[in-house]
Amino acid sequence: MFYREAGQFKTSYEADQSLFPIRQDRIGLAVILALAFVVVPLTANDFFLTSIMIPFLVFSLAAIGLNVLTGFAGQLSLGSGAFMGVGAYAAYKLTTIFPDVNVILLVLISGVFSAAIGAIFGLPSLRIKGLYLAVTTLAAQFFLEWCFIRIPWLYNYNASGAIEIPKREMFGVVISGAEATPLARYFVVLAVTVGIAVLVANLLRGRIGRSWMMIRDMDIAAELMGIRPLQTKLMAFAVSSYICGVAGAMMVFFWLNAAEPSSYSITLSFQILFMVILGGLGSISGSFMGAAFIWILPVFLKFIPGAIGIEIGAETVEHLTFMIVGGLIIFFLIVEPHGFARLWQIGKQKLRVWPFPY
Amino acid sequence: MLYDIFIDPFVQMVEMPDFFLQVLWEGFVAGILYALIALGFVLIFKASGVFNFAQGIMVVFAGLTLVGLHENGVPAFLALIMTIGVMGILAYGIERVVMRPLVNQPDIILLMATIGLTYFLIGFGEFVFGGEPKRMIAEELGLPTGSTAFEMGERGLVILQHIDIAAAVIAIIMVSALGVFFNKTRIGRALRAVADDHQAALSVGISLNQIWAIVWFAAGLVALATGIMWGARSDVSFALEIVAFKALPVLILGGFTSIPGAIIGGLIIGFGEKIGEIYWGGLVGGGIESWLAYIIALIFLLFRPQGLFGEKIIERV
Repeated sequence: MFYREAGQFKTSYEADQSLFPIRQDRIGLAVILALAFVVVPLTANDFFLTSIMIPFLVFSLAAIGLNVLTGFAGQLSLGSGAFMGVGAYAAYKLTTIFPDVNVILLVLISGVFSAAIGAIFGLPSLRIKGLYLAVTTLAAQFFLEWCFIRIPWLYNYNASGAIEIPKREMFGVVISGAEATPLARYFVVLAVTVGIAVLVANLLRGRIGRSWMMIRDMDIAAELMGIRPLQTKLMAFAVSSYICGVAGAMMVFFWLNAAEPSSYSITLSFQILFMVILGGLGSISGSFMGAAFIWILPVFLKFIPGAIGIEIGAETVEHLTFMIVGGLIIFFLIVEPHGFARLWQIGKQKLRVWPFPY
Repeated sequence: MLYDIFIDPFVQMVEMPDFFLQVLWEGFVAGILYALIALGFVLIFKASGVFNFAQGIMVVFAGLTLVGLHENGVPAFLALIMTIGVMGILAYGIERVVMRPLVNQPDIILLMATIGLTYFLIGFGEFVFGGEPKRMIAEELGLPTGSTAFEMGERGLVILQHIDIAAAVIAIIMVSALGVFFNKTRIGRALRAVADDHQAALSVGISLNQIWAIVWFAAGLVALATGIMWGARSDVSFALEIVAFKALPVLILGGFTSIPGAIIGGLIIGFGEKIGEIYWGGLVGGGIESWLAYIIALIFLLFRPQGLFGEKIIERV
């Protein structure tokens, strides 16, 4: 009824192959983009922007990155947090070495370093897979974390061992450093996230993306059909790490302002993995939904007791949040192992035939 | 440089044998703890194919429950029995609520479910018993706490903590008890049948659900023993969660399905890590303990992907 594509005829291959072939999808996307670019900046206060929207977008991007690797290329990784860290430290070093270059450009370049390191740690994937591969990515996680602590060059021999983001301007607007307004940061993060998401969506439906999916579905068959596992898997690791690296750099440049090695710990890797699994493996929109769930839910849970007038300590709330998030993760895995993306698919199907059952 | 890497550490080992033995002993004790955590993984993996990430947190949870009960006035041994009961309830609950609805899901989903379980247990444990580190009630449980120094002629002395010796003894007893249990009892044979072939086991009337609950309970008991031993060495705290990740390289070395493999893998990692840290760690700034285990496992994987005692991985197309 609301979501019926009847009467929308496609007269060219181009129309048939477009990213959003159905008119309702295009309208929906336009509404979401209008919300993100116009309504949110006009209405939201600073708290909403800094504690919800900016981290949500950063994590969405990281989740897209991991989804490329785990969801599309089928390689389980527990090291995404460390790859985000590589991006952050690379971007930090780049801003110290090239102080005059536009900071957004540097953030985008920093992903290249992350991609290189990701490809190196992706090498074992040629020989092993599944849980064994998870252990090699854990090696990456702990090794890189150690590097962030033990190589003082990475944080400019700072006494605190943390990286602090300098003030940088673009077109006369301060966009990074402590003085930047949340609104300016929000626009930067939003633009980069949307831009990369569109690029990835296009990459995935092309030759490269399809070869990843072939490797994921059956590597031996893919090899027989002429896909080279070496290049394909390493490319997946590189692209995934690039996106994670950019997300990590944005995390410190436009959200946290300062970062320690512990910001990029195994906890972060797990959080990203949760976003990907709960959102739906192999779905870009799922990455956004998963990030929203994992990031925004705990923030809301913190305010519920106060809102309904129960006074409990901040610690207790945190413990309860852990419990509820853990419980909900198990609940959603049981109810829908394919994630929110599948729930959304089912919902769309229901909308399509409504008010009839089928 | 080459001298520092290839010769100097060995010279040190020979020149100060007491120190070297002390390092070996430290490695042995750390290895026992890794082995115990890995043992819990192996039990569950063998019987249900679930890679149980929550084993580390079950160790903390068991330790916390024991200490928390004692703090609330329950005598130590009664607290121990009650903790065993709690682990039993936990095992049944996990089987009923988490594992049963997720039967036949892909590995990664089950893995994520156990990570979700980890989060839940962290929150639950902290909510009930508080998040601060606690002291293990080692003396109250009758565990020795002193230390003995062994003279090594004129070379110096090696100090052994009694609690470490107790840990080693308990680990050996537990592994032999598990061995007897698996080989001689009815339930043990059923467990092995399930590990071999789920469908065949079902067809001869073995209840999978019951077996899984028992296996989780056994893993819970192993976790409790680990928790006591670990807690007696340092405090009972959630920092142990990071240590539990070390069980992964141990499993890779030993194979995912082998109990002796878990023990030997644990010891190799324990020795390798301590010796590497003490003799080679200084060259790169120290602290290499955090990742050395993974690198050892990684190198090992390149040559023997199925582990020391694991079943050979055969892929058919």
